[in-house]
Order: sequence, then structure tokens, then C-alpha cells
Amino acid sequence: MKEAFTKSMARNIYYGGSLFFVLLFLGLTMDTHRKLPQSDNREAITESVAHGKLLWEENNCIGCHTLLGEGAYFAPELGNVYERYGKSKEAIKAFIKSRPVGGIPGRRSMPQFNFTEEELDAIADFLEYSNGIDTQDWPPNIQG
Amino acid sequence: MKYQSQAVAKLYFMAAIGLFVGQILFGVILGLQYVIGDFLFPAIPFNVARMVHTNLLIVWLLFGFMGAAYYMVPEESQRELHSVKLAKILFWIFLVAGALIVLGYLLVPYAKLAEMTGNSILPTMGREFLEQPTIGKVGIVVVALGFLYNIGLTILSGRKTVINMVLLTGLVGLAVMFLFSFVNPDNLVLDKYYWWWVVHLWVEGVWELILGSLLAFVLIKVTGVDREVIEKWLYLIIAMALITGIIGTGHHYFWIGTPHYWLWLGSVFSALEPIPFFMMTLFAFNMVNKRRRDHANKAATLWALGTGVMAFLGAGVWGFLHTLAPVNYYTHGTQITAAHGHMAFYGAYVMVVLCIISYAMPKLRGRVANCETAQVVEMWSFWLMTISMVFITLFLTAAGILQVYLQRMSDQPLPFMVVQEKMEFFYWMREAAGLVFLIGLIVYLSSFFIKGKTESAPTMKQEVSS
Repeated sequence: MKEAFTKSMARNIYYGGSLFFVLLFLGLTMDTHRKLPQSDNREAITESVAHGKLLWEENNCIGCHTLLGEGAYFAPELGNVYERYGKSKEAIKAFIKSRPVGGIPGRRSMPQFNFTEEELDAIADFLEYSNGIDTQDWPPNIQG
Repeated sequence: MKYQSQAVAKLYFMAAIGLFVGQILFGVILGLQYVIGDFLFPAIPFNVARMVHTNLLIVWLLFGFMGAAYYMVPEESQRELHSVKLAKILFWIFLVAGALIVLGYLLVPYAKLAEMTGNSILPTMGREFLEQPTIGKVGIVVVALGFLYNIGLTILSGRKTVINMVLLTGLVGLAVMFLFSFVNPDNLVLDKYYWWWVVHLWVEGVWELILGSLLAFVLIKVTGVDREVIEKWLYLIIAMALITGIIGTGHHYFWIGTPHYWLWLGSVFSALEPIPFFMMTLFAFNMVNKRRRDHANKAATLWALGTGVMAFLGAGVWGFLHTLAPVNYYTHGTQITAAHGHMAFYGAYVMVVLCIISYAMPKLRGRVANCETAQVVEMWSFWLMTISMVFITLFLTAAGILQVYLQRMSDQPLPFMVVQEKMEFFYWMREAAGLVFLIGLIVYLSSFFIKGKTESAPTMKQEVSS
């Protein structure tokens, strides 16, 4: 039995199998690109949303928060924060603005980023857009 | 050591171990921040410490892979390395660049770092694990290309073994997939879709080729089992890794706005992902059982067996635990994920790098194996680190189950921060286990400084059969 299965057979499984699944993956990727407009909320991407995403990245928000469940697990999920805050961008902005510089004693604290009003709007717009992505009903409830 | 140029690996291994220490120190800080929220705030906020922790991990593993390649490739190719000088230059470039990036994280606010390095020209920063400034990413690509040139030329002009070719394929794949770190569209779904091409296709794809090749090399050396047998295993393991792992990427495409069919594809294929890891366990134990010699380096053999077991537990079992879509719906983005991440990275990649270091370092220092005492101390560090990692994983899993229940499953789901306070007990236990890991690491370091009687030249038998 063992002799019947040779190294070259193993090699062929490796090359053949990998090639097949690489091609399948590329095919699925093309199909995903075709279907994404139905679910990715791209029509909501404005200049302000794009700016908000850049601010999200340049302040490393993902270093504490999750967004659609991905990121760090130190602070709340933000993919649905727009809904959690009663669809109020003002509430989101007010929270970010009011973070004390030195933190809250003994507790996990979000830094004070000193954003301008325009930047706060952009971040809130970005979070509103993220909330609009069709995520197969994830998260299970409003708490994220 | 059969070829002079293999000596360059020592530099890489030393840097890897040094950065490993940094990674663990920041891990201990992070664990404390989970329970003492304002610890080091605002000097070192959580997000900064986490970047340092994860980026150091990636960088030291890359140093380990490169060191492994510089050690293995000349021996497998039966020729000297193409250029030792290039290997040394790239070492210093990579080390200095890595140090600058970490200092950048620690010394200036991240937004300032983004501004200083011109992130707005080609924004790639601020995505998990890919936080390096764009210029830093370009530097990584340059180092990778130089490294591949050096290794590739050596391999292609020497004896081509399966181990060499698999290693080269894995390393080329590593460099190619990293190019997707430059893909960052405004569309968040697409951004995430291709982000996984770096992250998943690294750790659950091409890195497994590197892992398999390193493990196979050490097993050939320490067991003396026929190369044909080992190579057959290697082909089958990496075949299964790619057959399951490529479409297995789909388990990250459940909840990020991608089409519904990924729920099925991701669940089915990622449920098969434990198979290659289970084969690795069988592989390691089978080869050691069939050994044709008792190599003096017992510690390296232990690391090889440990890699097989812990990679299967961490990547295989703990991955399977939450990979099916109906389960993942509740566990996605909780401490369950963190538990899996810790044991998978330790069991698969940390352990295999420590395994090759354990095998190669004594040779690089001119002996077949370390003295008995040094090996015993090293094996103590193996158990301390491995067992404490098992406990870190168990405590995080317990924390995760509590979190999933209170925040997502109970009749009255509680807010994130309320739940976090209720998980405190398990976070404290995790921190304690983390401190034991740090002690294990200190024991590991000390094993390098123990002097004793060692065999200095390989015996005839070993020379012939390796």
C-alpha cells in the first residue's frame, strides 16, 4: 500500500490541487466583484466618507475597536454604532469630542484626538456608511 | 555547519530572539491594560502597545524564516550562499527599518507618523497588522526582493531538493501576497476582501509551506529517516494546506458585505483546514518513531514534536471551534478569536522557528548539540512557554464564551463595556499565565549561556546519513 503511493503522486496532488483551487478562488473573486454592488453600500461613498475612512486609518481606530468584527477586542464594535446611537451622527461626534485628555482613572479610555468639526463629520459619515453594508444580519444584536 | 555562508543565519536568529522578547513584554503590558484600563495611558495607549506586540511578532518570525532559509538553503543546495554580503546588508536594513517603525509607533502619535511619512500619497496605514508607514512597506518589499534574489540564485544553481523548492515557493508567495497590502480602496468591503489576501493567505496559505519545509528539514536531520519518505509527507501536507486553505479564506467573508455563498464555501473548506495540521502531528511523531539515529540534540526533536501537536491544537482545533458560519455568527470578533490567534501563532510559527533555531544554533556555534544541562534548561523553557500558552488560550476561551453569552445570546444582551468588566476574572488569569510565559522565555534565553562539555565535530555516521 505504502509503496503504491509514490512521491510523484503526492507531488501531482500538490501541483494539481493548488492550481485548481487558485483558479477557483480567482473565479469566485470575479463573481464577488460582480455581486458586491448589491451589498457593499457603495452608492453611499461620498468624498466625506472616503475622508472619514482615511481618518479612521490614520488614527489607528482598529487598534482598539472592531469594524464588522475585525480589529482589536479592547473597545466596542463600530460597524453598527450608528444604529446603536439612535442613528444620530451628532451623538457619535459628541462622544468622540468629549474624551478627557488624561483618560478616566482606572478605566479603559479613548484618547482625545482633537478633531475639527469637518473631521468629526467625516468620521460620522464613514460610520454611517459602514452601518449600511449588508452583513448577513451580523452582529446578532445592537450591542455588537 | 557544512558551508561557511550558513553562518549568516546566526545574525538573523539573534535578532529574531531579541524581538521576541520585546513582543512578549508588550504582551504583558496589553494583558494588564485589559484589567487596569488606564495603565500607561496616555503615554502608551492600548492601540500602540498592540501594534508593537503584533508587528514585532511578524517581524521576528520573518527574521526567523530568513535565518532558517540562510541556514538550510546552502546545505540543501550543496553550495555556498550566492552572496553573504547581501545577506548581511539586508539584515541591517531590515533591523534598522523595523526598529524605526516601532520607535515611530512609540514616540509619535500615529496620526503624526502618518503625516510625517506621507500616508495621504498612498494610504496603506491603519489596517490591522499592516500599520507600517507606506515607506516602511516599500522597504519590506525591497528587503524581500533582495532576499529572494539571494536565496533563489543559490537554490536554482545548486542541488534542487523538495525542501528547497517548497521553501522557495513559500517565500515567493509570502512576498507576492504582501503586495496586496498596497491595495486599499475607499470601499471598505473591497479593502477588507484584499486585506485578507495578505493576512489569511499568509498564515493559512504560503506560510504553511515554509512551516512544512522547516519541519521536514529538521526531521530529516534529527531522525535520519529517508528523504524520499519525508518529501512524500511534505508534498501531501502542503497539498492539503492549499487545497483547504485557499477557499478557506471564505471563513473571513461571512460578515463583511460579501455574497451569501461564502457562508457555505468558507464553512466547508475551513472545516477541512485542520487536516494538514493533523497530518503534521502524525508526520512528526511517525518520523521520530522511525528514527534511524538518536541525534544528540534532544531539544530540537522536542520542538519539532511540539510544533506538530500545538499547531494542530491552536490552528486546527481552536480554528475549527468557531469557523462554521452558524457558530461564527456569535463568536466573530470576540475573545474566542483572540484565543485561537494566540495558540495558532505560537503552535505553528513561533514553535517552528524556535525548532530550527534549536537545531541550527548549536551548529552555528560549532557543536553538534548543546551540552546536556543547556538542553535540559531549554526543554524546561519549552514546557513553561507551551503550557502557559495553553492556559492563556483556555482563559481567553472562557472569557470569550462569557462574552458571547452575555453580549450576544442572553435574553437581555449587555453593552460591550459592561460585559468586559464581568470578564475581568479570566483576564487576570490570562495575565498570570502570560507572566509564566515571560518566565519561560527568560529560562529560554538563559539556556544559551550555559557552558558544558559538547561534541565539536559531527561523527562519520551523522555526516554520511544527513
